[in-house]
Formats: sequence, structure tokens, C-alpha cells
Amino acid sequence: MSSQAADEQRPAVLESAAAARGTLVLEAAGLTKDFRLGRGQILHAVRDVSIRLYRGAVVALVGESGSGKSTAARMLAGQEHPSAGTIRLNDQLVELSGRRAFRRYKSEVQLVFQDPFASLNPAHTVRHHIERPLRLHRGQLSKDELWKQAAALMDQVRLTPAENFLAKYPHELSGGQRQRVSFARALAANPSVLLADEPVSMLDVSIRLEMLALLDDLRQRFQLALLYITHDIASARYFADEILVMYAGQVVERGPAEDVTQQPAHPYSQLLVSSAPDPDNLGAALRNGTGRDGRQPGSAGSPPENACQFSARCPLAIDRCRAEAPPLLQISSSRAAACWRLDAAAPSLYAGGEGGGNVTS
Amino acid sequence: MTTALPINVELPGLSGAPARQLGRWRRLPLKAKAGVILLGFFVLIAIIGPLVTPYDPGFQNPNPALSMNAPSAAHLLGTTQSGQDVLSQLLVGIRLTLVLALLVGVIATALSVIVGVAAAFLGGIWDELLSLAINVFLVIPALPLLIVLLGYLPHTGQTATILVLAGLGWPWGARVIRAQTLTIRNRDFIAASRESGESSWRIIVSEIVPNEVSLIAANFVNTVLYAIGASVALAFIGVTNLSSWSLGTMLYWAESQQALQFGAWWWFVPPGLAVALMGTSLVLLNTGIDELGNPRLRDANQRAKVNGRRLLPTDPTPVLHAALPSERRSPVTAFMRSFSRSAYVSDRAQRLSAAKPSEGER
Amino acid sequence: MTTDLGDPVPVPGAGGGRFAGEPVLSIRDLSVAYRTMAGDVRAVDRVSMDLNPGEIVGLVGESGSGKSTLAYGATRLLRAPAVITGGSVQYQGRRMDTPVDVLQLSNSQLAGLRWREIAIVFQSAMNALNPVMSVRNQLTDVIRAHLRLPLRAATEKAAGLLDMVGIPRSRLHSYPHELSGGMRQRIMIAMALATDPEVVIMDEPTTALDVVVQREILGQILELKERLGFAILFITHDLSLLLELADRIAVMYAGQLMEIGTAAEIHHEPSHPYTKRLLHSFPALRGPRKDLTGIPGTPPDLHSPPPGCPFLPRCTEGTDACSRIEVRLSRVTSSADPEHLTACPFVLPDRPDAAASGSAVSVRPSTEELTT
Repeated sequence: MSSQAADEQRPAVLESAAAARGTLVLEAAGLTKDFRLGRGQILHAVRDVSIRLYRGAVVALVGESGSGKSTAARMLAGQEHPSAGTIRLNDQLVELSGRRAFRRYKSEVQLVFQDPFASLNPAHTVRHHIERPLRLHRGQLSKDELWKQAAALMDQVRLTPAENFLAKYPHELSGGQRQRVSFARALAANPSVLLADEPVSMLDVSIRLEMLALLDDLRQRFQLALLYITHDIASARYFADEILVMYAGQVVERGPAEDVTQQPAHPYSQLLVSSAPDPDNLGAALRNGTGRDGRQPGSAGSPPENACQFSARCPLAIDRCRAEAPPLLQISSSRAAACWRLDAAAPSLYAGGEGGGNVTS
Repeated sequence: MTTALPINVELPGLSGAPARQLGRWRRLPLKAKAGVILLGFFVLIAIIGPLVTPYDPGFQNPNPALSMNAPSAAHLLGTTQSGQDVLSQLLVGIRLTLVLALLVGVIATALSVIVGVAAAFLGGIWDELLSLAINVFLVIPALPLLIVLLGYLPHTGQTATILVLAGLGWPWGARVIRAQTLTIRNRDFIAASRESGESSWRIIVSEIVPNEVSLIAANFVNTVLYAIGASVALAFIGVTNLSSWSLGTMLYWAESQQALQFGAWWWFVPPGLAVALMGTSLVLLNTGIDELGNPRLRDANQRAKVNGRRLLPTDPTPVLHAALPSERRSPVTAFMRSFSRSAYVSDRAQRLSAAKPSEGER
Repeated sequence: MTTDLGDPVPVPGAGGGRFAGEPVLSIRDLSVAYRTMAGDVRAVDRVSMDLNPGEIVGLVGESGSGKSTLAYGATRLLRAPAVITGGSVQYQGRRMDTPVDVLQLSNSQLAGLRWREIAIVFQSAMNALNPVMSVRNQLTDVIRAHLRLPLRAATEKAAGLLDMVGIPRSRLHSYPHELSGGMRQRIMIAMALATDPEVVIMDEPTTALDVVVQREILGQILELKERLGFAILFITHDLSLLLELADRIAVMYAGQLMEIGTAAEIHHEPSHPYTKRLLHSFPALRGPRKDLTGIPGTPPDLHSPPPGCPFLPRCTEGTDACSRIEVRLSRVTSSADPEHLTACPFVLPDRPDAAASGSAVSVRPSTEELTT
């Protein structure tokens, strides 16, 4: 795969917790996206993000809004052109030059949207939503065949009886049902990669688990490589094999889901984990008062370009953090975090880890 | 002074409910129903009218005794100055005017849709150019241009009128459709269509335009209205061809033959009334289209009344306790109420709550 | 044949407990219906609950459970086709001698009650703030509408409010779109507290925010509550948040109250099957990885609600008798909280020392005696 000759000079490649599940299907390296705003300002939405997706594995991209995770997903889906970086699908470089190339890419990589209420066309029935991608991606099908395959998809997302649901309009369905239709539509293209952008955030809490279970079932059945984008790190712990924590466009920590949530290394991951509701603590943290560092990335006092973006909010920040952005430093064979103060942030991990070598991905 | 505006919470438990409770007709407001009926009447005349004219509209009866006759048994709407039957002219005129207006509507609406959607969808330099074209055409004073164009065109028959009217009637609709397309274009389901791999063309035709159907229909009705008015006006001032018997032509001759001074009301009142009523029916129809297309507007009429009292949006939630005493209604009120949809809903709710036992199973 | 659950029991929260004294908001048998073409939809069905001074009561439920309708109906903020079909809402603030029934007030009386006594923090600050008015104008608008201060004094007070919620004074001149989500929500809170109300209704104030900002804002809210002494009715679908934040929790389903009790009791000894399933719907971040299932099924169609308990179709512990009962709240006698009420007569609360068998069905009623 990669050039063997320059191996010694290249930094170590991290093992991915997801690699155990299946073959590598989508590999993104160094993805960067800059948006040009008015008055010469540039918004660095995504900086040097690398992701590897394996068949049958779930990789979670966790971050706040504004962290760049949706933009990264759109780049992987081919909806945005990266300003820099490459994407390889089945080890072929992806070049979305024309409509045909795009359509071929789409039959392998599909994106499911967040908002079930906006992602279906109110003017068309469910049947139309399913049959269009079937027609586009599965070649010439007779009317009968089309119907059968559409009904099969409905069964797979557990919207039965299929005939009833195929005839309905989006406004006649609940949020959960609409999201299932979105899944079915994505599956109609028979993809190997499914990018799910916050698929359950806008659904009721009581049906979220059901939907995630459905996604899991689909993943197993079709051996999908799933990218699960969310701001809820708790659900990522349950659902994903590997977690990538994003902040201000960069991946600040990556590693197996259980490890990252139980022993977060990066100060931002630690902040995320401690902010999640913890019923067993019954509000002790809440009632003891919290810091008033309400500054979000991008607001007044944002750090300069080449500094660590989290330094403005980080309790462990030193001068080096404000001057130089840390690369992803390896903590263990499958974990890495981008922080100069790992010795203070995660002493147990860092001391026992395998040196602080840089990591490419 | 700010007061908290009443909340419009999502209606609960609707996802399992059957799809369409009442038919489209019953849900239309009264105004729209009136408009449909009235327009239907005129369309009927347009279809069968010229086949049942008692006389040839152009036939000029040389008998001076029959000139400018008031309505009589032989001539239901009287005669013109040259002995032509007004009723026959009216019947032919309605068809002509309506057909002309419909054609103008179709052509102009098609142009509006093409230009508006293209401008919004393509964006960039195309949007700039097409918007410029829209704005230029919008600002041109229509009537003087019409007069000038028709004055200079070699043939001033119906075709020319239709083309000129359509060519000047499209920009307003284009503007509106462009605005609507811009909002739709940014919505998730369009991105999702792209995800499925649809081509741009199919996205426009199959995903965007179906969401604009009510807007396009309303636009069409508006254009037809404009065309009726404009064609009658043009004919009235004598710019268009006078050889065909449109309503405008009738009015032109009536005016030039001084029917008003002679008190021959039967010559100009029927065509004028026909134009007015056709226009009115179209306007009434438009309100119905709006409500059909936008479900929120549909319920606005029904929501605004509780127990007959009209509620403002800023009124607090009304409080009802148990069933209200039944009001005694005069037969006239009862008859009028039978047309009202909101009254139907209130009465039904009252009956239901009265029929329910105070305790026990629901 | 209906099963009677015994004599009516005292309404949840009345008197006693940490928050002694008269409840500040007392809802009794409130019913709210939506008039639609297909008939009435009973969005809230005979719900009773109390809110004591300085207390935080959490109202939790799925969408369509009626929690927002209850809160807005109690303050008469719902728009047509909603109508209140029954019940009373007694309000008695510190500044008043006698309670008033909110449902009986006229427009002008209501205007005096709103914001001065009962304020609301809405769900989506971006939609609730006027996009074309600066922060200063919106705050002074509210202040002057209810406190009749001159402009200068109102501006000073607005600045003081911003200090109170931790926003720099310079932001007075900003417009809503220039502020982050967390800041906008803080401004909504500042607006709600502008007139020192007794009751603040918070409708999912942090749902649209990220977890870190959410925690900051909740800390802020608690601090302000301690300082100013208002009671909070906190509406959310996130039960795990309420377990940390609220003093008492009310669980709603299909327009009815299913269970109400202190947060500790609800957390450790939930008695209603719905509450139990809801508690298990949250993936825990810390602690061992449990197997979770969520709650399969959908809420019932409120146009034609099924007889008996509305949760029966989705309940794993229900029996045939559940479709014949009349849903009423009864005291959970085995609970440490004397005012822990549940609408389910059949199931014992989950005890850690109970037999850890797969089926948790026990038909022994824990509440008042049943008559068959």
C-alpha cells in the first residue's frame, strides 16, 4: 500500500481499534477545508484530519458544534472538495471530476443526514424516495423488481408492513420513522460505507437506543463501515469501536472507544467526559459550581493559527501551547492525543506509554 | 411593549392518524368555493357559449327599428347600434377573452418558472444575469410598451396580443419563484437527493418544482387575471385588432357609439360585469390555492374561532368547562352556519364532549 | 368492571418536605385539548401537581407526552386550536396574600401575572430572541414593560442582568446572531429573571447546546436560584439531567402523569414501568457497560386513546387488567418519600436485593388495596 522506502522517516502509523473488524475501505489523509469569508478572513473548518474506516466497524467522530465534524463528513461524502488532503476508496485515489465519477462514488459511500424532518421531500411519497436511488444504482429494474427491492429495504429498517409505509408522505411519519426511511434510502445504493451525521440527536431519547440498535444490525448484516458523528460521547462509547475527538477542526485524541471514555488523555476529552450528566454523582459537580470559561472557539480571544486551539480554555496550558500546535503524540499502540502536557493531563497513561513519537493518523 | 406570544406547540399524536380526513373540497374555505363555482360557470359559457348563440354576433341588421333596442324577448340583452345581438357577442366574447387569458397565463408562467428556477439553482453569474433581465422587464411600463409594440407590429391579431402580453407578464412571477427556489435549494432533502446521485436536471424538475406547485398555480391565476384586464384595456382603447369579438371590442364599440349617453346600459354593463366577475372568481380561487398548498394557513381559519368568538393570536388560551348551553338559533342563522367550517368543528366538539360520560372509560 | 385504587390521596408535593409552606403553583386536574377537524385531541388529561417555593421540579417525557402543553396551558400561552377543558391553576407568590386561579383571570390580569410572577425561558433562543433588536433593546423592552422604569435606569438594570449571568457588558449592543448559542441562552435567562419572578418555567433550555456549555448554564441557573429564590419547572426529555438537577421529577406519558417523586426515589426506586425503562435508555458514560434496549414502540394516538393505561402496548409488565383500570395516582407505600405517587398499581419498585430473575413481573399491588 504505502511507499515502503520512506518508512523510516515517516512517523509511526497508529493501530486502529476498528481494524480488527474488517478490511480497510475508506482512507482519508490530511483532510483540510478552508472557507473564505468576507474581508480576507479564512475559516479553517477542518485541519489535517485523517480517518480510516474498516468494513463492519464503527468509528465515532465526537465534538461540539463548530468542531468541523460535519464538514469532514461532507468531504468524505464528496459533497465538499477538500482544500488539501486525499481520500482513497478501496485503495484507489478518489477524484470526483465528473457526474459519472460522482455517481460511482455514491454507490459506495452514502451520507445520512441529521434532521429527519428536513431530509425527506414533503412533496413525494416514501416509495419515491426509495425507488429513485434504486433506479440510479441498481441498474435497469422492472417495475416488479423495483417494488420488491423497495419492500425488502423497508423490512430491513423494520418499517412494516411495507406497502403501508411506502404509500405514506413524510408528514405522516414520526421522526423515528422518517430517519428509518433515510437509512433505507442510503442502503438502496448498496454502499460499503455509511456516514451517519448525528443520526439520533433530533430523536426522542427513548427511541435513540432502538435506532442505534438498528444501525448496528445493518452494520452487521451488510458489513458496513460506519462513521458515527455525534456530540454525545456516551452513545459513542456504546456504539463505536474507535473514537476520534475533534476540537476546532482538528483531531485531538483518538483511540479505542472504551479507553478514550474511561481514561481520556487530552484535556478537552476530559472536559467532555466530566460534563456529561452523571446520575450516580447526583449533582455534586453541578452544585459545587463550575468554571465560567464560556468562551467558544472562534470568539474573542481565539488563539493564533499555529497554536493549540484549546489553549485558551485549557487549565494546563503553558507558553509552548500558545506558540506551537501539538501534533498527535502516541500514547499507546492504539491511542494518541495532541497535547504538550500529556504528562500532567494523563500521567498514568503517558508514563507507561511507548514514547512520544509523532503519529500520522 | 412585549408580551409573551402564545405558543404553538406541535400537535400531539398525529403520526398514527389516517392521512386525509376530509376531502379537498370540504376543506376549502368559503371564498375559494365561491371562486371555483363562479369560474366554472364562465368556463362552461366559454365552452358551449358560441354554439348556442341565437344570432350571428357580427350580423348587422339593417332594420333601423332594431337599433339600440332594450332587452326584449327576441334579444335577451338588447341590440347594439347596428342591430347586433348583445347576448351573442357576449357569449363569443367570453370565450375569446378567457382563451386568450389562459394562453397568456400558460406561456408567461412557463417563462417565470424557467427563468426563476434557473436563476436560483445555477447561482453565480447566471443568477446575476437573469436577475438583471427580470428587473429590467419589471420596470418597463407595460401599457405604453404594449401600445407601442402593437402599434408597430404588422399583424395585430390575437397571436401578437398573446405573445406581447406574455412577454411582459412573466417577470413578477419569476422573481417570486426565484426567491422560493433559493430557500428550497438549501434544504436537506435536496442535498439528500444529490447524495442519491440524482442529476441536477432531475433535482430541479422532480424535487424542487413539485414543492412549488401551489406557488406556480397562484402565479398562473394571477397572470390570467392580469391578462384579462390588459387585453380588455387594450381592446378598449382600440389598439388591438377589432375584427374579433372580444369583450374589449364590445366595450370599445359601446364607447365609440356613445352607448352611455344614449342610456343603452345593456351594451356595456354585461361585458363589464363579465370581466369583473371573471376577475373576482380568479381572486377568490387564489385564496383557496394558498390554503391548499400551505397546511398551516388551512387551519388558520378554523383555529381562529372558538365558540363563535374570533380569537386574536395574542389572546390567552380559552378556558372551557363542560358542555356549553345550547344556543337557540333562528333558521336563518342555522342555514348560514351550515356553510361554515369552523361552526361545524365547534358543534361537533360540543356534541362529543356532551355525549361523553363524566367518569369511566374514554 | 373498573378497578378502584382506593380513596383519593393527597396531591403530590403539598406541604411538608424540604420546601415547607404553601406551594407557589398548584395545578389541579388540568386538562388541555386541541380542537382539530378529526375531533378533540386530549393533550393533557387531568394532571395535578404542585410547585413549592425555591424548588426545582423536572417534567420529563417524550415528545407528544404533553409536558410542554401542560406548562404552557397552565400559563395560558397556548394558541388556538388549544382549549383548556378543565381544572384549576392556583398561583400564590410571595407578593400576594391570596391565591389566584390563573384560568379565571382576564387578559389584563394575566398581563400583570406574566413575567412579573411567572417567567419562561424558551427552548430555542435563536428563535425566541428578536433578530433585529439588539440585546440592550430587548432587555430594556422587557424591563420597561413590567417595571415601568425610565430608559436610563432600565439600561443600567439590563447591564446588571448581564453581569448576573456572566456576559460581558460590552455585549449589550450585539445582535443575537453575533452571539454563541450559550450566550443567547444566558440572555434568555437574564430576560426571564429581569423582574424577579417567583416561578421560572424552563422549556428544554439546554437541548440545543453542547454538553460543556450545558453544564455551565445549569450551574449558572442553580446559582441564581439559590440567590434569588425562585422555583423552577424544568421541562426536558433528558431524564439523566433531571436526576442531577431536580428536587422532584414528574414523568408524563400520553398526556397523563405516570409517576412523581423526589429525584432520589425516582432514580433508585422507580415504581412505574415507563420510568424504569426510561432510566435504562441512557447509555452511561462511567461505570460498567450495561446492555440497553430503549423502549420499542411508539406513543399512542391521542385522537382515540386506548382504554386503561396508555403505556400498556409498550409495557413488558402489563396484564389484561391494565386495560380496564382508570388511571389515577396513588401513593407508593414502600417508598421513603411520602409523596411518591405512581399511576401503575401493579408493579413493585426495582430493589437491588430483589430476586435478580429475568422476569420482573409481580402482580402484588404495592399501593392501596384493590377491589376487583
